[in-house]
Amino acid sequence: MVEIRDLHKSFGQLEVLKGIDFTVDRGQVICVIGPSGSGKSTLLRCVNTLETPTRGTVVVEGIELTDPDVDINAARRRVGMVFQQFNLFPHLCVLDNVAIAQRRVLKRSKAEAEKIAQANLERVGLSDKVRSYPAQLSGGQQQRAAIARALAMEPTLMLFDEPTSALDPELVGDVLSVMRQLADEGMTMLVVTHEMAFARDVADRVVFMDQGVIVEEGPAEQVIGDPQEERTRVFLRRVLDPTHAQVGEVADLEERQAGARKSPADEPPPPVTPTGFN
Amino acid sequence: MATTTHEPAPAGKSPGGSGLSPRQRQRISRAAQYVLFVVVVVVAISAADWGRIHEYLLDTKALDGMFPDLLTVALKNTVLYTAAAYVVGFVLGLIIALMRLSSVAPYRWFGLVFIEIFRGLPALLILILVAFGLPIAFPAFSNPPGGVYTQVAIGLGLVAAAYMAETIRAGIQAVPKGQMEAARSLGMSHTRAMVSIIIPQALRVVVPPLTNELVLLFKDSSLVFVIGVSATQIELTKMGESFATQKADSTPIVAAGLAYLIITIPLGYLVRRLEARQVKAR
Ligand SMILES: Nc1ncnc2c1ncn2[C@@H]1O[C@H](COP(=O)(O)OP(=O)(O)OP(=O)(O)O)[C@@H](O)[C@H]1O
Ligand SMILES: [Mg+2]
Repeated sequence: MVEIRDLHKSFGQLEVLKGIDFTVDRGQVICVIGPSGSGKSTLLRCVNTLETPTRGTVVVEGIELTDPDVDINAARRRVGMVFQQFNLFPHLCVLDNVAIAQRRVLKRSKAEAEKIAQANLERVGLSDKVRSYPAQLSGGQQQRAAIARALAMEPTLMLFDEPTSALDPELVGDVLSVMRQLADEGMTMLVVTHEMAFARDVADRVVFMDQGVIVEEGPAEQVIGDPQEERTRVFLRRVLDPTHAQVGEVADLEERQAGARKSPADEPPPPVTPTGFN
Repeated sequence: MATTTHEPAPAGKSPGGSGLSPRQRQRISRAAQYVLFVVVVVVAISAADWGRIHEYLLDTKALDGMFPDLLTVALKNTVLYTAAAYVVGFVLGLIIALMRLSSVAPYRWFGLVFIEIFRGLPALLILILVAFGLPIAFPAFSNPPGGVYTQVAIGLGLVAAAYMAETIRAGIQAVPKGQMEAARSLGMSHTRAMVSIIIPQALRVVVPPLTNELVLLFKDSSLVFVIGVSATQIELTKMGESFATQKADSTPIVAAGLAYLIITIPLGYLVRRLEARQVKAR
């Protein structure tokens, strides 16, 4: 249903995606994991062409989004996106947040759009907050409203970019349970996340990305439970047990792989002990 | 700073001290400010010629025949000129702001040139150009529908547009990037996202500065006198000035000034309220 072929993306000199290939079948949940800056967000944003890929193709439901002649607004309607920072529209109440695109894009009547909005807000457990403004909601409630907003467009594919990273720990569960419920209903989902337990339980496949390439992918129990690549192992160790991570272990690994020997001059300066200024 | 190796100076005492504590020094400085203020007021009061002030600035007899026209004609016209120019300025300013942010380079250039010209020229000069220059270039403008009102709306509107465009542009740019991305991800076109999501948020931010612009424009409407207006088109400053000449007394000018304040003081209050509300909303 989603087919990504030889996807490259550069920002000026910086090559962020260096040839990504993978497919998502209907009803599958794919979790993308990887260190910060590895290009996970960029990959997701290329899938609904919020970023224009430098090279390669993205096909969603037989429509090639990378084709310059395709009606991108029409194609995007079927791809919902949920952002780390929620990005609710602060000037609209929750109900209008969920209704506005239905009315302006799908041209639904006010009554119909509000009915569908109500139904979707109920789905995410927010029926009592329809008249609230985003600023009056907790982070978890905002993110669930954002999910309802995307669902109201009746997407066939949902993209989630670290949907729980900006939340207080005790609010993460509400959002994850909504996502789990969506997965159970058979929604096709592409999820960037650091919630390994969620990935292990819900994902059909886990993709580990580093430095713009897919390092390893496979069933969740394999990639998370028994990773084959050294880079995946180091990453998972750091995510699953951050208190025992060692400073420099990631950089060490990169150097080992590049086969470079470090000269003393490249050594980082020793930590500075603070001294008073008066 | 936590693990300082030097002996820290005792808190609150400056090195090489004058022997005064900071509190004492603050008290002396405040007393000096009060004394200076009182001295200036006393000098001003004793230097003023109170007899002539009564005769030429506060003489209610010189206001004979000014009422009710000062309010029903002059103030009304001042408000009309301001409103007309403000509407033109706002619509044009919004368009120029969008041009400044356009992905089409010539639009951006046009927007920039427009702003630089109309912000850089005196409003008085632009009014003269619109009233006397424009009709030469476009004969249709020698007697436009709406007459003076249209000329003022264009002349002052152009100046206001240049300022408002910059304000609105800043407002649009202050809307977080994620708003446009969320709107686009829901299938909205760029234009639709601008109209439904970005511009409504931007305008909320710029309501206080745009209201301030209304105050400025209100005062600039006094420049209308250069166009030459008839008795029914007269505004506050011109009316005050012509009564002052006629009566050889400046009291009418003072009266006209008070009439401006009837509008500008509440507007100023409104601006402060709006700003306070925004600080709270943050
Ligand atoms: N618009 C942009 N312009 C320039 N560089 C960008 C842009 N967007 C992303 N990058 C760069 O691309 C790289 C990958 O960014 P991306 O956001 O995809 O990483 P990520 O894997 O999502 O990381 P994180 O876990 O921190 O969100 C980073 O080095 C980032 O600085
Ligand atoms: Mg990211």
